Amino acid sequence: MAAEEEVKLLGFWVSPFVLRVEWALKIKGVKYEYIEEDIFNKTSLLMELNPLYKKVPVLVHHGKAIAESFVILEYIDETWKHNPLLPQDPHQRATSRFWAKFAEQQVFEGAWNALCSQGETKQRALQGTIESMEKIEGQIEGKEQFLGGESIGYLDIILGWVCYYLEVWEEVGCMKIMDPVKFPATASWMKRMLQHPVIKDGWPPREKMIVYFRQRSEALGSSSHGWLRV
Amino acid sequence: MAKSDGEVKVLGTWSSPFVMRARIALNIKSVNYEFLQERLWEGKSDLLLQSNPVHKKVPVLIHGHNTICESLIIVQYIDEVWSSAPSILPFEPHERAEARFWAAHLDEKWFPSMRAIGMAEGEDARRAAIGQVEEGLVLLEEAFGECSKGRPFFGGDRIGYLDIAFGCFLGWLRVTEKMTGIRLLNETNTPHLLKWAHRFCSDDAVKDVMPETEKLAEFAKMIMGRMRGAGKS
Repeated sequence: MAAEEEVKLLGFWVSPFVLRVEWALKIKGVKYEYIEEDIFNKTSLLMELNPLYKKVPVLVHHGKAIAESFVILEYIDETWKHNPLLPQDPHQRATSRFWAKFAEQQVFEGAWNALCSQGETKQRALQGTIESMEKIEGQIEGKEQFLGGESIGYLDIILGWVCYYLEVWEEVGCMKIMDPVKFPATASWMKRMLQHPVIKDGWPPREKMIVYFRQRSEALGSSSHGWLRV
Repeated sequence: MAKSDGEVKVLGTWSSPFVMRARIALNIKSVNYEFLQERLWEGKSDLLLQSNPVHKKVPVLIHGHNTICESLIIVQYIDEVWSSAPSILPFEPHERAEARFWAAHLDEKWFPSMRAIGMAEGEDARRAAIGQVEEGLVLLEEAFGECSKGRPFFGGDRIGYLDIAFGCFLGWLRVTEKMTGIRLLNETNTPHLLKWAHRFCSDDAVKDVMPETEKLAEFAKMIMGRMRGAGKS
């Protein structure tokens, strides 16, 4: 492969955003070089490739950097057109994008805020997250395999963190969000996701995750300014 | 083309920059649409509540049987349905990624920083908020250089996705300039954006949907008055 065709991915071992990009690349069968970044000790490479946010994931292709997991996923889908992640039909694409944004802002952010806060703030965040999960359950209901149809698609990838991270956050945050009785369709979808070849063996080590998120939630919970991402 | 048949309606308000995005996109594609104005202060219409039950917000695009919500998602939908008309997103994947990246930045970081000026309490907080917006504009000036590559718009020779995503805020930017007495877009810090703003607002797809600054300023005063009256800050 010519040098500029090489694909590199800057990541961090526990980032769910990075994991999304890895899943997409694996689904497309794209070979890539993974470069681990310590986000608490950022390299000049990261600063150069993502000067605005200095965050991972960053995908490098044709010598150019792309940041933000949602943006990277669409780039991957448009560059390698086989095994499409988004549906072909414009209305279905719009629907996938809508629910992806909803899931990120209401479920992911909600669960993260609940993890990192206490008392009333925590309760409010929890309540909001559970209400949002109900709407996601409504979207998953009736889907026999995945949100993308027969194969995993864009929305499955965006929501995929729920299958593993949520339970870790529930343990660390002493909270309950996912309930297989309340959300049976989601629970079945999670089982199918966890068995998927691209997903099943790629999770970070659970015990390390518990330690990491315990430290992060304590650090962020005690700080006076707003929430930071992972 | 069968896909683009069907009535097109936009649910929105004249003052919302997000609604403007949908209307500009339809104008670029020369699509006729019915503009259904919501009077949000008088309560949301049944149509709005039915067509956007999740967020109950404008804009909503109704195209035949399809309902689409969220302004940037609407713009992409319009681009994909009316695909033979002038393109809104760039052709090349990396340029598309760049446009999406900056559009997301505008919604998640820059526009909230502009709203923060109006909500800042005390002179120090206001100055800090203004400073944030100015820094943001310098970044966008650089982005303009990278994306436009010497051409008149972020999208090149014609208005594109990022022009729409950013340009829709120009009315509110001018209101903010009026209220603070500070020229946020200026020849010193943002010379290219200053010129781009004039070109954008004069464009055929934009000029009839961009509200007049005076009218918007009056509207802003009214909202702030109502919000104070209602005990909100």
